[in-house]
This record gives sequence, structure tokens and C-alpha cells, in this order.
Amino acid sequence: MAAEQKARLVKPGFRLSLTRRRSMMGYLFVLPFIIGLLIFFLVPIFQSFIFSIGRLEIGAGGYEWQSVGLANYERAFMIHPDFRRLLTEAVRDMVLNVPLIVIFSFFTANLLNQKFRGRALARLLIFLPVILATGIIASIEQNDMLLNMIKNADPEAVGDFIGAFELKQLLMETRMDQRFVGYITDGIDRIYEIISASGVQIMIFLAGLQTISPSLFEASNIEGATGWENFWKITFPMVSPLILVNAVYTIIDSFTSQNNGVMVIIRDTAFKNLSYGFSSAMAFSYFIIISILLLVVAAIISRAVFYQE
Amino acid sequence: MKTAAIKTKALRSCSNKLGHVKAAKLQKITWSFIRGVLIAGICFVTVYPLLIKLHMSIMTEGDLYDSTVRFIPRNFTMENFKVAWELMVYPTASFNSLKVSLMVSILQVASCTIIGYGFARFNFAGKNLLFAMCIITLVVPPQTIMLPMYLHFRFFDLTSLFSIGSPSGGVNLLDSYWPFTFLSATGLGLKNGLYIYIIRQFFRGMPKELEEAAYVDGAGLFKTFYKIMLPSAMPAMATIFLFSFVWQWNDSFYTSLFLSDLPVLPNRLASLASNLRYRFGHTDMINMVYESQMNSVGSILLIIPLLVVYLIAQRYFVESIERTGIVG
Repeated sequence: MAAEQKARLVKPGFRLSLTRRRSMMGYLFVLPFIIGLLIFFLVPIFQSFIFSIGRLEIGAGGYEWQSVGLANYERAFMIHPDFRRLLTEAVRDMVLNVPLIVIFSFFTANLLNQKFRGRALARLLIFLPVILATGIIASIEQNDMLLNMIKNADPEAVGDFIGAFELKQLLMETRMDQRFVGYITDGIDRIYEIISASGVQIMIFLAGLQTISPSLFEASNIEGATGWENFWKITFPMVSPLILVNAVYTIIDSFTSQNNGVMVIIRDTAFKNLSYGFSSAMAFSYFIIISILLLVVAAIISRAVFYQE
Repeated sequence: MKTAAIKTKALRSCSNKLGHVKAAKLQKITWSFIRGVLIAGICFVTVYPLLIKLHMSIMTEGDLYDSTVRFIPRNFTMENFKVAWELMVYPTASFNSLKVSLMVSILQVASCTIIGYGFARFNFAGKNLLFAMCIITLVVPPQTIMLPMYLHFRFFDLTSLFSIGSPSGGVNLLDSYWPFTFLSATGLGLKNGLYIYIIRQFFRGMPKELEEAAYVDGAGLFKTFYKIMLPSAMPAMATIFLFSFVWQWNDSFYTSLFLSDLPVLPNRLASLASNLRYRFGHTDMINMVYESQMNSVGSILLIIPLLVVYLIAQRYFVESIERTGIVG
């Protein structure tokens, strides 16, 4: 190997160093993705952008397109009665739900990490939403008439049975800031949503907790640390990279779930009202807004993350 | 947090009366109790929808309105299942779903492993940009590219792949398994970015010495990959296979986009309500309740194979994420 390399170095003309060769191999491994990205992602996105600045009509043999400039975008933001409202609702929901989901899944993962009887069964049941709360089942539940009727008539019969009315009164009496109390009780009212959306996050946190070496805890117990100190000084920093991962995943999940108001209206505009250009414009603006938010959040959180290397 | 307060309280109140050992034991019991309650509560919330669906499915329509019937149905019936079975064309549809999900999962595992390895172990220009694109595929709302993809596959023509203008000619690839094949094999299927990320984290966590040892022993790059990295990547691949299978089984977005005549379970479930209406000629409000009930039945039929898989492979679901090294 070494002699070959030396010979290569001496040879004039085209020589590939080892690192260059490895780079080429890298491209080879990633090649399927590059191909797919070009054909099935970048071109469609570009096409979609073109659609969004025009008006599209689909015929039997193809489609016709006329340019209307930025009229679609204008219509989305200025004229359409619901789009801006739905956008702000989506962002507001995300801002409220994501911290709750991340905190809740962290808490549950800690619980599930301890040894107790029936732990396997508990894990089995808690991870059920990962399978059940996605795709078609979730959208059927959303549109289900009977469930909605029951919900309106008798909130205790469906998932909203945990009302936090008494808790709210109790907290108010402690003279805590009212907005904070409101936030907590709102969160508790929404516990059903939060739990259904936490499956994957709990898995990730649990895995992270299990990789913390027990010798760290032994050492700190010898030094006389309490459980509280253990938690804040060992557990929390060790899983902080996962907080970033989970936060990003939860944000993406909440923005692109099929039941999100904005997604529903994008879908309906495209397929019920058949105005594809308008729908594309909405989808594009939504995408840009999500990306900006995601970058901002990721940048903020990664400053606070403790990396081992 | 609660624990600290309770601990100190228990210690203080017990230590001067019962002695140190008993105080610790009381703490432990209190904590076990609280933990049990919390876990039971969370489990209940997750299982509750499933139970509701189950119990709505085994009631007759009359029982739905009977207000004295809360949990135990008065008339137990399997009739609903029979109707749903027939309308959803269950045997054919589930077999097709199985085919699609299996094919997609296998292809996704294969392609994501290769692609993830490329991202993890090699340095090449534009690597970070490409990986960022990988994450972006997760973020883009699918409706954005829904229409262009539909057109792509409707008029599939290898020579005009990059053209923007109005398509014509080409092959109609819809209503077949080809769209799924192409998308999964190139790493762009459902939630592929996530899988690539998982594999990348996994391979990053493996010691470089393994590869170097193999290299010194004379293995080329592909052989190293095939004989050494791949076997140790089994847990990660198993996780991805399971996730991919489950999500593809449930997926109604791509299946409704690409497959209209070929029956698959999510599509059949989505059209169950309208099929009911067509078959029984219902138009009024009351029968919307019946439709909701049938939706529950259909959902149960859809979920049952998944539950079976979940129960059998639950060890992999629950424990394999930890072995993928996503966290290390």
C-alpha cells in the first residue's frame, strides 16, 4: 500500500491522494440521495414555486399556466380571511406545546427509567401513541363527528376529562402570577394532546438516560450528593443534546402534522377548490416561516447544550 | 421538585420517632405510590382512545343511543366488523398494504444505511449542505410538492425529468408500486430524513479504529462496509425497519396521492364513510353517527396487524432506540 502511494506521488499528471479518493467514495455512497434530491425534491420545489406565481389549470392531457406575478402571495396574506389567523394560531400552538411536550417527555422518561414492577407493561402502553396517533388514524379521529359531538356534550367522556378547575383555584390562592397559572392549567387541559405527541420524544430521552454510566452516580453518591443535585449536575447536562434533538423534532412534527390548521387549508385549497397556484403560494410561505423559526430555536438551544467532546 | 420536599418532610417527622431505617423505607413507599399513580394516569390516557374505539365497535347501533349503556354493551355484535371487512375489501387491501409497507421499509433501510454511512464517515465538499437538505425534506409541507410529484409520475419520462414546461407523453406510473420504489430507494420517502439522521449518529458513534483495522488487513471500502459496519448496525436497522413499516402502514398521504385504484388500507378507511353512504343510501344526520361508529371499526381493523407486530417486536421498539447510538 505504501509503495503504491509513493509511486502515485511520484507519478506526474493526474494523481488522486488518499483523501481525495475517499471523498469520491463518499459521493458514491451518497449518490442515491443526490439523485433523488434532484429529481424528486428540488425540481418539484422549483416547479411548485413557478406554480405559485401563476394560475394553474389542469386539463386532461397536461396543464396550462399563466403568470400572475405575486398576486397569489398577496391574496394569501392580505385578502384571504383565514390564512394569517391560522398561521398565528399554528405558531402560538407550537410555542405553547413544544416546551410542555419536551418537559413532559423528559419527566416520563425519568419515571420509566427507574426500576419498578410492571415497567415493561408501562413502557408498552406509553409508547402506543407512536403507532396509533399517526397518519390516517389521527385524521379520522380529528374529523370524527361522533367523537366531536360527545366532546361537546360531555367533556368527561373523551380525552378532555382532565379539567384543571380545582387546581386553578388552588394555585390562584397562592398568589402566583395569573398568567403563569393560566399557562399551567391550559397545559393540563391539553394533556391528552401532549401525551399523544410525546411518544418518540420519550423514547429518545429514555435511550439517553440509559447511556449515562452508573459509575458517575456512584461517585457522586460517595461524595455525598443528594438526588436533587445528582439530577441537576449529572442527568440534566448529559441529556441536554437530546433536548435540542427533541425540540427540533417536536417543532417539525407540530408544524407538519396533517391536522394543523394551515396544512388543512393548504390541502383543501388545492383539492377542493382546485386553485393550485394559490395553494402553492400558501405552502411556500408556510415553509419559509417554519424554517426561520426552526433555525432561530435551534440556534438558541444549541448555545445552552453541553457537549461531551 | 416534590421528591425533595417529601423526603425532608418524611425524614424530619420520622427520624426522631421511628429511627433512620424506617424513615428511609417510608420515603421509598411514598415515592413508589406517587410514581405508580403517575404512571397509571399516563398509561390510561394513552390506552383510552383504543378502548373507546374497541367498545364502540362491538355495540349495535341501538346501543349507541341508549344512555344507560356506558361501557358494557347490551347487545354484543360482530356485525359491524363484517360490514367493514366487506367494504374495506380487507383481505386484498391488507395484503397490498403489507406489500407496500414491506417493500418501502426494506428499501428505506437499505438506502438510508448507505446514505447515512456516507454522511458519517466521509468528508466531501458540500456535505453539510446536503445534510441540511436532508433535514429540509422533513420540514417542507408535503402539499408543496404534492402536485409536481403527481405530475412527475403521471407523465414519467426519463428524458424530460428536468423540464419545467407542460408535460406530455411519458409513462403513467401511478397506481403501481413504482413511485414508492423510486422514492424509498433514493432516500426521499416518508420521514426519510429522520432515518438518515439516526444512521448517521449511529455510525459516528462507532470507533474509527474498527475501520482502520479492517483497512490495514486489506479490506477495501465496500468490504469494510459490508462485513464490519453492517452487522454492528443491525439494531439501528431494525429500529428503522419497524418505524418505517408502521408509519407507511398508517400513511394516507402518499398512498392517496399515488394509488387510486389499487386498494390499500388507509385509502379504504378514508373512503369507508362514503362507501357506507353509497351502499345503504343514508343521507341524514343520524347515520353520520353510524359512520363515526364504523370509522372506529375500520380503525380497529387497520390497527390490529400493527398491534400484533408491536406486541411481538416490542422489545425492539422500546429498547432498540437506545442501541442506535443516537444518544451517545
